[in-house]
Amino acid sequence: MSQRTFVGGIHPGYFKDYTAGKPIAPIRAPSQVIIPLHQNIGAPCEAVVQEGDEVKVGQKIGEPLGFVSAPIHASVSGKVTKIGVFDHPLGNPVEAVFIENDGEDTLYEGIGPRKPLEELTPQEIIQIAKEAGLVGLGGATFPTHVKMSPPDDIAIDTVIINAAECEPFLTADHALMLERADDVLYGLKAFMRALSATKGIIGIEDNKPDAIAAMQKTVAENSQNYDIEVHSLETKYPQGAEKMLIKATTGREVPPGALPMAVNVVNQNNGTAVALAEAIKLGKPLYERVVTVTGPGIQNPANLIVRNGTLVSEVIEQCGGLTPDARKLILGGPLMGLAQPSQEVPVIKGTSGILVLTEEYVKHYAIGPCIKCGKCVDVCPMHLLPNFIGSAAEKKDMALAEKYGALDCFECGCCTYTCPAKRPLVQWIRIAKNEILASRKK
Amino acid sequence: MEKKLVVSSSPHFKSPEDIQGIMIDVLIALIPAALMAVFLFGYRALITMVVAMVAAMATEAIILRKSDFFGDGSAAVTGLLLAMTLPPAPPWWVVAIGSVVAIAIGKQIYGGLGSNIFNPALVGRAILVVSWGSYLAGDVWLKPVPFGFTADLVTKASPLVADKTSLLDLFIGTVPGCLGETSALALLIGAAWLFYKGHIDWRIPGGFIGIVFIFGLCSGGLYDGVFHILAGGAMLGALFMATDMVTSPVTPVGKLIFGIGCGLITMLIRLFGSLPEGVTFGILLMNGLTPLIDNFTLPQKFGEVKKSNA
Repeated sequence: MSQRTFVGGIHPGYFKDYTAGKPIAPIRAPSQVIIPLHQNIGAPCEAVVQEGDEVKVGQKIGEPLGFVSAPIHASVSGKVTKIGVFDHPLGNPVEAVFIENDGEDTLYEGIGPRKPLEELTPQEIIQIAKEAGLVGLGGATFPTHVKMSPPDDIAIDTVIINAAECEPFLTADHALMLERADDVLYGLKAFMRALSATKGIIGIEDNKPDAIAAMQKTVAENSQNYDIEVHSLETKYPQGAEKMLIKATTGREVPPGALPMAVNVVNQNNGTAVALAEAIKLGKPLYERVVTVTGPGIQNPANLIVRNGTLVSEVIEQCGGLTPDARKLILGGPLMGLAQPSQEVPVIKGTSGILVLTEEYVKHYAIGPCIKCGKCVDVCPMHLLPNFIGSAAEKKDMALAEKYGALDCFECGCCTYTCPAKRPLVQWIRIAKNEILASRKK
Repeated sequence: MEKKLVVSSSPHFKSPEDIQGIMIDVLIALIPAALMAVFLFGYRALITMVVAMVAAMATEAIILRKSDFFGDGSAAVTGLLLAMTLPPAPPWWVVAIGSVVAIAIGKQIYGGLGSNIFNPALVGRAILVVSWGSYLAGDVWLKPVPFGFTADLVTKASPLVADKTSLLDLFIGTVPGCLGETSALALLIGAAWLFYKGHIDWRIPGGFIGIVFIFGLCSGGLYDGVFHILAGGAMLGALFMATDMVTSPVTPVGKLIFGIGCGLITMLIRLFGSLPEGVTFGILLMNGLTPLIDNFTLPQKFGEVKKSNA
């Protein structure tokens, strides 16, 4: 059988040695958490607590303002000191709940084990995911219960657990598979049950052979009555991109502009699977997550369980602080992560990694002319022409950019990575996408 | 942290490869052919190559008013490629004019690297063929003398117009001809480097050489098929000229069409035209069609047409 993969992509190096194999450790809860009330794609939440209220761990503090949204829970017990605007990792400051930690870690009363998985109906599972505030933990933060509720005329036959972890540096998913393989499998079964899917697939890049072995062992031992396969995938970025993963594992191609459900598939990150397992087994809402704190700019890189709303500066301090030559702070991986102007931003549900790069990696390049080498065309996983879209956007010819497929770009950045002329192709494409969509709204 | 954090839009990693690196790879790929030229034609070949490269780089430096003589390396590549298409020892000023024309008219007039429509080296050569054809053809072909670095050379007819030549001689390169055109072996070794580095793929050379072979085969049998690949500039054109990134298509299908077109025009000129060689004009004509080819061969987007196979 040929190797499971997709056409295109790049090999930017692994850089996983900083944290690969390191156990997941909890960090000391901070004296204060600042929890933004918008942590998912879709609608924000509104506060259901007030200044001065005492809250407990796992207590709901934000109620969704729409269907495509997820509630937000307190990550420490203590007193709400302020509800006000604070900086957000995605850029625009949003309303946030400030909680002073009383150090007691008192658990909210409503939290406790649910019924066994076999006794839960699909609707109950979806409700648990919704109440627990689950969102896609790979970084996209799409509300999980929405993905679990496809329209009636679409039958989902396959659930894919995305454990590719194709971004360099990040090892949170890897660590979860080594330590929590049973919960990954449990979460997958819950998704399959909720969606009445007959097949489950766990896709892992082949640079994590120990994780593949761990998952295969668990699946062999514990998946009676379920058709579940562990797939070893070529290690290539962006193998973990939704459409690429579906192509690699099932051979199906999601049409341009469509969602995975168009080919009867639902993707879930393996961190999300573990979170769903916890929500069912323990009744635990999503108020903490595994974060890879890594990079040459971190003194002691580690895989950590971080409470929602912990400031990045606090996490970095608990990892021994920054090296003197640290220059760039990125939330997420080096290819799709967001650079931050300050360490004073909170860790949120979508924070998969805190990556600090040093001088050596932070280079400025002069933009050269396109020499039409076509290397961006070769690596584009969507089979677009990034060089032409980029040049069209550079000249502000958005109609031409659209003709070349700007809107089908999901911004993996392979083109910019590859371009020998150091042209900011994906950056231009982002501008084109924004302008095209903005002009449509008019 | 005394300095502030750097903020930029992702991706935060970039491949170390740059334009200069690619150009240096092309120069490296031309080393076997250049060594072969010196081995066969002696110091005269060396002078021709050096004059062409220096004139090309100087022209670019003057036009761009830059002090960095080598720059991105593209002028050096153009100069060396031009030299490869010239006989061993034309007058030095002919070589220099060729380089000046290649850079000034073939490239900079369009806006510099990346903006030119036609392969600059071939523009230079085309102007020389038209203006000083007597220095480039006919009685100036020299009989190669292996190891004869300073040997006197005697003239001999080009294989394209001569009687039957041994295919092995053509492959090794011990035949009269232009500097870089005689040895298919040296060109293949160099091209292997470009394949290895991912700077060229099989489509353009494959289409080009495939069509040349088929035409040769149909016109006179197996010998002619192989002969037309090895003789003249077909190899140099297919591996190093037609594959010029700037002036060839970027789409996979476009590359194949481009290569086939180059081979087709080359053979039409060779077999039915008044010129003995058609590689230069074959590639230049296809260069002109490149934007059109790209636009007619836009790749199918991921997920288009092909839907669920469930």
